[in-house]
Amino acid sequence: MNGQGILKGMLVTAKNFFGSYVSRERLTTVSYPEGGNTIKEQSRNIPFLVFDGEDPVAGMRCTACQKCEKACPPQCIFIEKDKDERGKALQRPKVFDIDASVCMGCQICVEVCPFESIWMDSNFELSTFNRFEGLQFNREKLLKSNTYFHKIHPQQAQASDDRLAEKERKRLEREAARRAEKSASEPQV
Amino acid sequence: MQDTLNLFVMNIGQWLSANLGTLNNPDQIIVEIARWLRTEFGNWGVVGFILANLMATVPLIAVFSGCFALTTWLERKGLGRIQNRYGPNRVGPYGLFQPMADGIKMLLKEDIVPERADKIGHFLAPVIIMIPAMTGLVFLPIGRNIIAASIDSALLFFFAIGSIVSLSVFMAGWASHNKFSLVGGMRAIAQLVSYEMPLILSAVVVVMFVGSMNTSVIVEAQQIKSWVTSDAPALQCLGQVLGWHVFQPWGLMGFLLLFVSALAEANRSPFDLPEADSEIIAGHLTEYSGFKYALFFLAEYVNTFAIIGICTTLFLGGWNGPNIRPPWSDDPQALLIPGFVWFFLKIFVLMGIMIWIRGTLPRLRIDQLMGFAWKFLLPLAIINLLVAGCFYHMEWYFGWPFSILILCKSYAIVVRLNKSKLVNSNRTYTYA
Repeated sequence: MNGQGILKGMLVTAKNFFGSYVSRERLTTVSYPEGGNTIKEQSRNIPFLVFDGEDPVAGMRCTACQKCEKACPPQCIFIEKDKDERGKALQRPKVFDIDASVCMGCQICVEVCPFESIWMDSNFELSTFNRFEGLQFNREKLLKSNTYFHKIHPQQAQASDDRLAEKERKRLEREAARRAEKSASEPQV
Repeated sequence: MQDTLNLFVMNIGQWLSANLGTLNNPDQIIVEIARWLRTEFGNWGVVGFILANLMATVPLIAVFSGCFALTTWLERKGLGRIQNRYGPNRVGPYGLFQPMADGIKMLLKEDIVPERADKIGHFLAPVIIMIPAMTGLVFLPIGRNIIAASIDSALLFFFAIGSIVSLSVFMAGWASHNKFSLVGGMRAIAQLVSYEMPLILSAVVVVMFVGSMNTSVIVEAQQIKSWVTSDAPALQCLGQVLGWHVFQPWGLMGFLLLFVSALAEANRSPFDLPEADSEIIAGHLTEYSGFKYALFFLAEYVNTFAIIGICTTLFLGGWNGPNIRPPWSDDPQALLIPGFVWFFLKIFVLMGIMIWIRGTLPRLRIDQLMGFAWKFLLPLAIINLLVAGCFYHMEWYFGWPFSILILCKSYAIVVRLNKSKLVNSNRTYTYA
C-alpha cells in the first residue's frame, strides 16, 4: 500500500511527542536556572589557578614560568613576575590576567604547565555588566583552592595530586642521596 | 440617555428571567441573546444599526484572533515535544502568555520599508491579505443559526474570495524589490493556482449530494433526521455522527483530498514553499518586519482556520457531534452541548493534525509539488466526482462496494503511474 511511509513517519513523531511526557530519556533538556547544576565532570571553559592550603598567595603553585603565556594560541594570558624589595625576581606572578572574552578554552595552557598549576574551570555563569573589566580575570579571581578542584574534576585533581606527591618523593630521595653523597665525600675527621 | 440605559438594564433582567430560567435549549443561548440585543438596538437609530453590525463581525474577528494566538502556542509546544524539547515555558503558566510576549515584541519593532520598494504595494499587501482571510470566516456555521452570513452561494463565494490571497502574496513579493521575495511570490502564485483545482473539485462532491452551496444547509444535511428526532438518546447521538459525509466512501476520499489541498492553500508544511525559510529566507515575508509581518502571520493562520472550518463544514458535520436533546426540553432541535463546542473541537483537532504533519514531513521540491497537484490530486478528485455521481444514483448495497472498489483501484493506478521510472533502472552518467 502506498502512502505507508507517511503514516510510519507520523507514528515516529507521535511516539516522540507522547514519549517526552513520560520518559526522562526522551526529554533531555534541563531548564537552566531551576533545573540545578548539571555540569559534567569533563566540561571545561576558562582556566583557573590552583593553590594548596588556605592562603591563596602563599599556596600558589604557579611559578610565573610564563610557559602558558607563550603557548596560548589567542594570547589571552598576561603574566608579570613578582619582585622582592631588592628588585630580585621571585618565583611567583605579581600579575596573572586571563581575558575571558579572548580565551577559547583549548586547554593548551593546562598541557604545557609543568607545575600542575593551571587547570580548566567548569563554571559557565560568567556574565558581567562590563565588557572589558568584567571579563578581565585577575590573579585573585583566578586563584581557587585544591578542594574546589577536587570538587569539579575529581579524577583530574587526584591524578594531579598523585603526580605532585611522586615529584616531591623523588625530590626528597634525590636530596637524601645528595646528602649521603656529600657526607661520604667529606673527609672523615 | 440615562433613561435608555436604565430601560436597557431592566430589559436584560426581564429577558434573563424569561429565557434562561428554563434553559430550554442550551445550544441557542448565544443566538437568543444576539437576537434580543438586535431588537433592542433597533430602537437606538444609527448607533443601534452600527452596533448590530459590529455584533456580527467583532466576535468573529476576536474569537479567531484568539484562536490564532492559541495556535501559535500550541504549534510551538507541539513541535517542541515532537523534537524532544519543552517549547516555550517561561511566560506565564506553561508559557501560555507567549503569544502576548510575541505580539508586544512585534509591535515594538521598527517598521522597515526597503528604499527601492514599491511603497504603496508594500504597504497594501498585508492589508489586502487580511480581507480574504477574515471574509472566509463569515461563511462558517459555528453553531445552529450562528453564522455571520448565511447566503445561498456561500461555498462559491468562499473559494472565489480565497484566491485573492495569492494576489496579495505576489504583491508583497513584487513590491519588496528583493529577489527572494519575488521567487517566493512566484512560487505562491504557481502553488495556489494549482491547488485551487483539487480543492474545489473535492468540495464539489458535497454540493452534488446536498444540492446547495449554503453552508448551513450542508451542515443540516449531515444529520440522519429520523434518528435525531427519535426519543432514544443513543439514536440521537449516533444520528448526528454517522451522517457525516466523511463516513461515506466518496466523502472520505473528498475529505482527504480537500485536507491535503488545504495544507497547500494555507501554505502549511510540507507545502510551505512560498516561505521556505531554508531556501529563500522567508519568501515574500523577507522584507517585512514589525506589525506588517504580524499581520501576514495572522492572515495566514486565520486563512488556515477558515479553510479547515470549511473542511469541517463539508465533511466532518460542522457543529454536529455526539449530542443529545436535554431531557427537560420540549424543543425538537434542542441540544445539550452547544454546537460551537463541537465545531471548535474539530477545528483544533484538524489544526493539531496540521501541526503534527509539520513536525513530521520534510518540504517538497517545487516539481514534486506541482506534480502532486496535477498528476495525483487532480485525477483522484475527478474520479471521486464520477464515483460520487454514480453513488448518488445507486442503491446502497451496490453503491458502497462499487465506489470503494473504484476508489481503491484508481488510487493504486494513479500512484503507479506517478512512480518515476528512473528509480529502479540503472542510471547512466555521462561526463562532459
